[in-house]
Amino acid sequence: MTWKHLPAAARFVCFCLAALAAVQLLDGLGHAALAQNPFGGPRPAPEAQSGGIIGWLLAKQSEFYRSMSATIRAAKNDGSAVWTLLGIAFAYGIFHAAGPGHGKAVISSYLVANEETARRGIVLSFVSALAQSLVAVLIVGIGAWLLNVTAKTMCGAERIIEIASYGLIAAFGARLVWVKGRGFFRALRRAPVPQLTPALSAATAGAAPALHDAPLHARSLHHDHGHGGEHDHHGHDHHHGHDHHHHHEHGHAHHHHEHEHHHGDDHCEHCGHSHGPEPQELAGPGGWKRGLGAVLTVGIRPCSGAILVLVFALAQGLFWAGVAATFVMGLGTAITVATIAIIAVSAKGLARHLAAGRPGDGALILRGLEFVAAGLVLLLGIGLLLGYISAERVTCF
Amino acid sequence: MHMIRHGIGYLAMLVALAAAPTAARAHPHVWVKAASDLVYAPDGTITGVRHSWTFDDMFSAYALQGIESKTKGVYTREELAPLAQTNVESLKEFAFFTFAKADGRKQRFQEPVDYYLEYKDAALVLHFTLPFKTPFKSHQMQLEIFDPSYFVDFQLQEKDPIRLVGAPAACATAIDRPTDGTAAAQKLGEDNFLDGSNVNFGAMFANKITVTCP
Repeated sequence: MTWKHLPAAARFVCFCLAALAAVQLLDGLGHAALAQNPFGGPRPAPEAQSGGIIGWLLAKQSEFYRSMSATIRAAKNDGSAVWTLLGIAFAYGIFHAAGPGHGKAVISSYLVANEETARRGIVLSFVSALAQSLVAVLIVGIGAWLLNVTAKTMCGAERIIEIASYGLIAAFGARLVWVKGRGFFRALRRAPVPQLTPALSAATAGAAPALHDAPLHARSLHHDHGHGGEHDHHGHDHHHGHDHHHHHEHGHAHHHHEHEHHHGDDHCEHCGHSHGPEPQELAGPGGWKRGLGAVLTVGIRPCSGAILVLVFALAQGLFWAGVAATFVMGLGTAITVATIAIIAVSAKGLARHLAAGRPGDGALILRGLEFVAAGLVLLLGIGLLLGYISAERVTCF
Repeated sequence: MHMIRHGIGYLAMLVALAAAPTAARAHPHVWVKAASDLVYAPDGTITGVRHSWTFDDMFSAYALQGIESKTKGVYTREELAPLAQTNVESLKEFAFFTFAKADGRKQRFQEPVDYYLEYKDAALVLHFTLPFKTPFKSHQMQLEIFDPSYFVDFQLQEKDPIRLVGAPAACATAIDRPTDGTAAAQKLGEDNFLDGSNVNFGAMFANKITVTCP
């Protein structure tokens, strides 16, 4: 039985199972890597595998956040405290963006789903963070400062904006899924055969231990803790195989191959007699406008922390200090989001580079990758909308 | 084929990368110092919980936004009455962050009564009483005060956080405070994100009060 003999749907299922298996594998790697390097912070105590990063991040964020109110108070009498405030706000922004609700997932998935460059990823990250700051300042500036409405009213406005933002993310994701899904299934139909058989068996064989769990994972994307040790083992192996430096080099190298790749694809376009637009054609010049659309779905939702800081600053008669702190916070947020975006883009670059060496299935993997990323945007939007993924929700009371 | 395996690996890494951040959780934005009374009827049944919650200064300033007062910086109970109303109404959605069990059975509360706000030392203090739907007698009663989503951080006040009002003399209180939150959070780790357990994330920061009466 070869790849060719499998119906498209079965091939898709195989692909998904392999991907899921690989997620498990990489999950272990991720944990190991994260546990070792929490931004140079202190390593968590013995239970390193279960990782203390979240706890550490939470503690740091809370620390920075709480010290902001005291610093704003201090700034009333001592102007130099404003500099301290800005420093804290910046650090808070960096740490806080690692938490939910700042569009890392949406922006990174968008970048992966589309043919986006790291440079564009950086710009989009900064634009979205800036937009978030701006919206927070506008809400408090207009609501509290100009109109002197109550916190309840402002919070209501925040909630509406939040729902709008999530709805837009879901709609945007749906559109991406539509476009990328077509691209993926076209690639699936078109996938040339001979090289594929060993590739598939290798992929499935390699993932075999994890595949035992496949039905379990197929039911849901929930992580399975029961196999922590096993994952760790896999992750470790993998980690040795690739070091991060290596990975970045690949990411850059790929740019030069891009044209080659395009040609290859165009050629296949003719073979397949397909008439729909290729994903690559959808990127290009019009991409900026779409990219901005993507970041604005994220960017219109202000950070509730910023709103609290702004109102507090206003109450202390130091609104401008609050505004400055909000924008500096946004800058910190942008740096974190951009870093994650660069990693996402580089990783895709590497995947593309690897795929370029394998004309048929390589394209399939790329299209699959884009499809998965698009699906992720949709799932995130729906999850946020339904409250399943609890981002930093707006709480009014 | 080696390459393909890695290609799939990186695909997976991307998925994990994109999903992982959603796992990280919000940190608290509101801090509450709580003190609560357990109110007993003369016959020894527990009738309700009387809370007084002191909010942190940032949230206090935020909540006071747009509230008019005669004297700047001074708010009377009457001026704060509409805000207190809003508070208890909104807290309903969160089950008042108060969870009670009598001998293992969950107890329900009625609508809050006797609620009002005070403003002192730049902080708002919310007072309210939650009467139990059915007052009960129990050998062991458990009360937990926490926000499952950990948007609000609850800490019991240092001195006499829980008072038994009118309880039989033999009743004893045991209090289990969360540490400073970090230790518990570190135990949590990343691996249970997205698996639904984050729904009850804040439970690690719960203040558990156990009252045992012979």
